[in-house]
Amino acid sequence: MTDWEVVIGMEVHVQPRTRSKMFCGCSIAELNDPPNTHVCEVCLGLPGVLPVINRAAVEAGLKTALALSCEIPRHTKFDRKNYMYPDLPKGYQISQYDLPLSVNGYLDIGERRVRIRRVHLEEDTGKLVHAGDKLHKARESFVDLNRAGVPLMEIVSEPDIRSAEEARDYAMELQTLLRTIGASTADMEKGQMRAEPNISIRREGSSELGVKTELKNINSFRALFRAIGYEVERQRKVIEDGGTVVQETRGWSEAEQRTFSQRSKEFAEDYRYFPEPDLPPLELDREWIEELRAALPELPSVRRARLLEQLPARQVAVIGGDRYLADLYEAAVAKGAPAVATANWIVNEVAPTGKLPSPDYLYELMRMLNEGNLTRDQAREVQMEAIETGRTPAEIVAEHGYSQVSDESELRVIAEAVIDSNPKMVDDYRKGKTQVINALVGDLTRRAPHANRNVARDLLTKLLT
Amino acid sequence: MISDDLTQLTIKEASRLLRLGSISSADLVTAHVQRIERIDPKVKAFLRFTPEVWEKQADEADRNIREGTARPLAGIPLAVKDVLCVRGVETTAGSKILGGFKPPYTATAVQRLFDAGAVMIGVTNCDEFAMGSSTENSGYFPTHNPWDLDRVPGGSSGGSAAAVASGEATIALGTDTGGSIRQPAALCGVVGMKPTYGRVSRYGLIAFASSLDQIGPFTRSVDDAAVVLSLMAGFDPLDATSSDRAPMEVLNNFGGGVKGMRLGVPREYYDVDGIETGVKAAIDAALFILQRAGAEIVDVSLPHTDYGLAAYYIIAPAECSSNLARYDGVRYGMSEEDAPNITEQYMQVRRKGFGAEVRRRIMLGTYALSSGYYDAYYLKAQKVRTLIKRDFDAAFEKCDAIVSATSPTVAFPIGAKTQDPLSMYLCDVLTLGGNLAGLPGISVPCGTSEGLPVGLQILGPQWGENLVLRVARAYEQASEIHPEVADIASPDARRATND
Repeated sequence: MTDWEVVIGMEVHVQPRTRSKMFCGCSIAELNDPPNTHVCEVCLGLPGVLPVINRAAVEAGLKTALALSCEIPRHTKFDRKNYMYPDLPKGYQISQYDLPLSVNGYLDIGERRVRIRRVHLEEDTGKLVHAGDKLHKARESFVDLNRAGVPLMEIVSEPDIRSAEEARDYAMELQTLLRTIGASTADMEKGQMRAEPNISIRREGSSELGVKTELKNINSFRALFRAIGYEVERQRKVIEDGGTVVQETRGWSEAEQRTFSQRSKEFAEDYRYFPEPDLPPLELDREWIEELRAALPELPSVRRARLLEQLPARQVAVIGGDRYLADLYEAAVAKGAPAVATANWIVNEVAPTGKLPSPDYLYELMRMLNEGNLTRDQAREVQMEAIETGRTPAEIVAEHGYSQVSDESELRVIAEAVIDSNPKMVDDYRKGKTQVINALVGDLTRRAPHANRNVARDLLTKLLT
Repeated sequence: MISDDLTQLTIKEASRLLRLGSISSADLVTAHVQRIERIDPKVKAFLRFTPEVWEKQADEADRNIREGTARPLAGIPLAVKDVLCVRGVETTAGSKILGGFKPPYTATAVQRLFDAGAVMIGVTNCDEFAMGSSTENSGYFPTHNPWDLDRVPGGSSGGSAAAVASGEATIALGTDTGGSIRQPAALCGVVGMKPTYGRVSRYGLIAFASSLDQIGPFTRSVDDAAVVLSLMAGFDPLDATSSDRAPMEVLNNFGGGVKGMRLGVPREYYDVDGIETGVKAAIDAALFILQRAGAEIVDVSLPHTDYGLAAYYIIAPAECSSNLARYDGVRYGMSEEDAPNITEQYMQVRRKGFGAEVRRRIMLGTYALSSGYYDAYYLKAQKVRTLIKRDFDAAFEKCDAIVSATSPTVAFPIGAKTQDPLSMYLCDVLTLGGNLAGLPGISVPCGTSEGLPVGLQILGPQWGENLVLRVARAYEQASEIHPEVADIASPDARRATND
């Protein structure tokens, strides 16, 4: 049995961070805003209206292109992609066809360099809400045009990705990059970032590409990973059973954890692209591009390399993958917080909660932990309360009367009681089984929850020898 | 009874009477309404009237005149082509598919005239979505030429041309995609001007072919055209293709005459196929007058003229096929409640809502843009368009402006070309080059042929409106031919104005 090689190219749609839509002044709707409340004559496609390019969207596109090391041509233009669908009010989508905003970049995922074919700008369509689960069975369908005209950047990679893991890492790295440069919040669950992998498989060693399928409806990194895994298996079975893969678009069903056929490319639409006559070609000002390039923050790959000089790889994997965690870490350390302990705290106690303390508070917390004035459990509670109330950790500690007991003289009575009630363990310890000390410390901290474990351990050891 | 003479005035004449206090804006409107009641059942220039708009605007104009704050068009009756959106006024682009559509916004060009004090009388008829050269493609009814009611007024802005020619409005707005202002102006004997592409904002103009469409005025004098155009002109933040380049200098020195100017006569236009001898004679006379006024008449060539028509009838339909995709009967206009599904609804609405010519152009354009045909048609047409532009660039090295007939023929009988779309397309052969190249052009009356008006077209280089107006004004003065108002009341209107 030959091995199969997986070949994946990614199309990622990202909503740039802008106040208004791509071609009109409408504000961007939040996820659950009432339908058709962020619309005007332009994004509704009423007769006689014209689009005007949103400069902020172009800027976000350019920043993204620069961060992906793309070339930015002098001339770019918008085109019309023509098709009729009820969520497309003009009967065409304004997109970019043969002269995109940028071309030929790359993004490194570990050792793998994924080439970026293009980054271009376009507008989103509206949304259909069906009464019933499928269009042809629905009694009624409703159109919500809040999203119609929302700006999108489409980032298209070359088919350089070789596994579901790499595809997920690519998407995550892209998200980190977009957040770092402030081009997008790129939240997959909120639809601000949509990944559509194009997947094919081929015999190991073959240089020809197999027939590809494109996956849609993927709303999380996990779904991306699973959908690709499922699709690769499906294609493998089809081929090994003597069949051929059909070129088509397939949807990922989160409920059923499988892909299903949506649209066969045999009946591919002819989009009749032509230059958008309502928008003059965009001549990009070189000075503006150079200003944007100069203003780019440190990119995640560079920052990660720098963090690796201070921290273990396991911690860098978490902190270096999130701009906000990395900022927090560096700011707290700059104030004097200990590097590894702070990183450890961020990885275990900050990242999982998704809520960030201010660097000042984190520094204060780390100082109290380090000086042995606070238990880890207490510190966790103090952090939560500080984030929720905005009061300083010191205030909260004072109010709760939190503090660790680190004074030997206060603990001595309890330590002696522990020794008295565990004669078996004391005997074992004295015979050389020194690991029972942990159980003894445990007993002590049960009796005195605020005891500093290190002080308790030292004290017990001293009393036993 | 208010004198019917008030319907014969230019802006300049009417403004003088208004400012002297001899008449009020309300009088001027009343005179027009009375005339419309008498003659529009025959001319049928208007689709709708807008009393709710004119009452308010006339009141305001009168108040401003009394208070001495009158603006340049205070009280001047204006007719608006049905492709220009006016807030709250049914606007249908001459099409059934937009029946009942009342835009929640006003086209920038119209708004600028409102801001200048104009008083909107009503909405004028046109070919559906401005596609046609006779106004017979209107989804509602054809308009009649005021000089001969059995003939067409030209098109697509036929209603606007007829309204000004018949004294139903002092000024009117039209749109010109391939000649739709200049050709009806010629056929109705009024002044019609198409500005440089980008001079006037297209915001609120229901698009036919976006890269060709421009809004312009119909008036009874060259000065009036200059005034109206200058008030509409200039950059609009809502139209990315609009521009402030080379601003127009109005009421200034374009009275400078043509002495020493070189006026080019393209031989391809002068001897165009199908040009009527009467039209040619009128143009010869006009050239003689211009020469006598001091211009040098030079021979120029626009060698790709023949390909222009073909290129135009690919580019314009291509853009229209996309521009008209939004008319699906879902959000506004005609609807089809009983359709069993969405695809069927699209098909039923578009089959019923669009007329034959619109459907034909959607098909042509869709075909020209389809994969496998794009290079052979659309792309090639764009290359021809570049060649046409170069033709004009080369010609303007030899001359200051280009002069020709506006239309090879005078107004033709209603129904004469409706069965033969190609013969109708040929009506635009002398005008559409100006659209492909984005140039400013004007048509001014230059006499008659068989008792019907002939128009002289003057084309200038890009942003050369001042120059075009200067030549037109010089001709108007030297020829002493001024647009007249057709007297529809007389059964012999045509003979009465002959010779």
